[in-house]
Amino acid sequence: MRFNHVALCAATALAAGVVKTAAAQDTTFRGVMISGAYDPLRDKIGIALLPVGGAYGDSIRAIVSRDMDYSDRFLVINIDSAEPAALRGQGNAAGLNYPLFSRLNATGVVQITAVPTGLHVSLHDVGREQVINVGEFPLPSTGLSRDWRLAVHRVSDEVERWMTGQRGIAATRIAYMRGNSIRIVDSDGAAEITVPTEPEAGSPAWNSTGSMITYTTFGTSARVLVIDLSTGRSRAVIGPTRNTLYLTPIFAGNGASLIYARGGETGSDLFSIGLNGGSPQQLTAGRGTENSNPTLSPDGRRIVFVSGRKGPPELYIMDSDGTDVSTLTDYDFSPKTYRSDPDWSPDGRLVAYQERINDRFQIRTFRVAGGTPKLLTNEGENEQPSWAPDARHLVFTSTRTGVRQLWVLDTESNRVRQLTKSGGSRLASWSARLAEQ
Amino acid sequence: MMLTRRIAVLTIATLSVAMLDACKKKPEPAPIPAAAPPRGPNADSAAEAERARIAAENARRAAERRRQDSIDAANRERDAMTRDAATLRATLTATVHFDFDQSDLRPDDKSLLDAKIPILQANTSVMIRVSGHTDERGSDEYNLALGQRRAAAAKAYLVQHGIAESRIETISYGEERPSAQGSDEGAWAQNRRAEFEITAGGQTLRKP
Repeated sequence: MRFNHVALCAATALAAGVVKTAAAQDTTFRGVMISGAYDPLRDKIGIALLPVGGAYGDSIRAIVSRDMDYSDRFLVINIDSAEPAALRGQGNAAGLNYPLFSRLNATGVVQITAVPTGLHVSLHDVGREQVINVGEFPLPSTGLSRDWRLAVHRVSDEVERWMTGQRGIAATRIAYMRGNSIRIVDSDGAAEITVPTEPEAGSPAWNSTGSMITYTTFGTSARVLVIDLSTGRSRAVIGPTRNTLYLTPIFAGNGASLIYARGGETGSDLFSIGLNGGSPQQLTAGRGTENSNPTLSPDGRRIVFVSGRKGPPELYIMDSDGTDVSTLTDYDFSPKTYRSDPDWSPDGRLVAYQERINDRFQIRTFRVAGGTPKLLTNEGENEQPSWAPDARHLVFTSTRTGVRQLWVLDTESNRVRQLTKSGGSRLASWSARLAEQ
Repeated sequence: MMLTRRIAVLTIATLSVAMLDACKKKPEPAPIPAAAPPRGPNADSAAEAERARIAAENARRAAERRRQDSIDAANRERDAMTRDAATLRATLTATVHFDFDQSDLRPDDKSLLDAKIPILQANTSVMIRVSGHTDERGSDEYNLALGQRRAAAAKAYLVQHGIAESRIETISYGEERPSAQGSDEGAWAQNRRAEFEITAGGQTLRKP
């Protein structure tokens, strides 16, 4: 991210009807002060955000601006302050000074206004010099609360849909482990909470609506549990079971069942069980080897998982009832190595996983329909990828700063950003887009 | 005069026994000195009474010594048993180690496990928990499974050698609880292990 002062100042100098303001260290020009990521070499859509008035206006603008930036689809031009006359269009009372925004390389302008029920949002098309979409967004009354932030993230996602046809991923959350407790953080790295789980928790994974998380407890009380995030109450679906290890549970069957690994005296195998219990159905026959880390295809019909049945851990694929097993990543000409932690992309095209390369794990993606795997990381050790619902961004664990932190990678531009600020963060799971509560 | 000399001899003997005793343990009160023989018509009967008194006193002291000796012996035995129990406990909880990504028992592991078997057989109320651990390499979650398999491998060996399955619990901590810090083979080798913990019946361990 960098500022191109020269280009902006040059553009602004040409804009008509702009009044000179007091000098500032930031980019300053007549009547308008802007900041933002401007990089003409990137194929991104320029979008300008007008200042937001009312209570928490600055926070709303900051959150939306960051969300648009983190989408990796937009160049955000923040109008930090402006004299109303400088932005107003000539003749047309409702219009904007479109020539100004055109010279700022903005394709769209987002105008957010506080209304009694929440926010009114207008999107201006700079080229067509008109408003092309409006929306009303309810806001919880408790400003800056988690629910309030999520509501603001929904504004960003909807504006992104108006601009590109695809909903954004700002109104999502990421669950992960630090120590033996589960944390949840907003997609922008803010509003972190600790989930009130049973002790010695591990392997968190979301359901498809983001209302529940399944996890395991290990150590002296081995269980598979489900926590309802609206009540904070955990319920054991299986266990506690003696001499047993449960790990890597995921939701399956449209949230009606779980698939998980059970390790005992003779290796570990995958099982499925109804969310309300019943008798588990065994899906793999590992015969004393490890079988774990299931991930479902979006249609729920295929499972990719890790197995050590033929030596080092390798990725396998099978039908969801456990039949028709074959190796996924044992591709031609590749040496046997350690591959694990697969996550099937929400669009079904790719499986992201970790592979040991030169004694360190790196993240790769593999096209399920066949093809050469793609290497995505090389700095430090990078593990445990989890897809965002846009099938474009990945959250993963990286040691690139010396300690394990979560990072977000845009698989199209290769841009990375650090999500967590406390060391030892790992085992991230990215939620689906979160529905209105 | 004969009488006086005999008393003196006795006194010396008593004294030397007392001194010998004092070398071994806490000093005892000084022996009662023989009273000077009274002069006069009843001198003989008085001397007789004095002899009896001294004899009784010495018998009492000998009994006290025997009692103390027996306490000392019991304490020595107890100390030895405590030492034995510590040895037994150390043998029972000795850690076994594994090769990278393996859960097969190495020959040195087997001899460590062999040493545990007679102790478990001699102390049937002892229950143990085996926890499997891995080094930091490998996937966090796959390592939990590997740790479980290591604990299970150690348990299976003990069960094959006649220890009741129900006495051994297995759990895994994967790479969560390293015993050695560091990112080199030295630390990794120490961390790839199965630990043994006595969960019941460990208060009084009997020698096999």
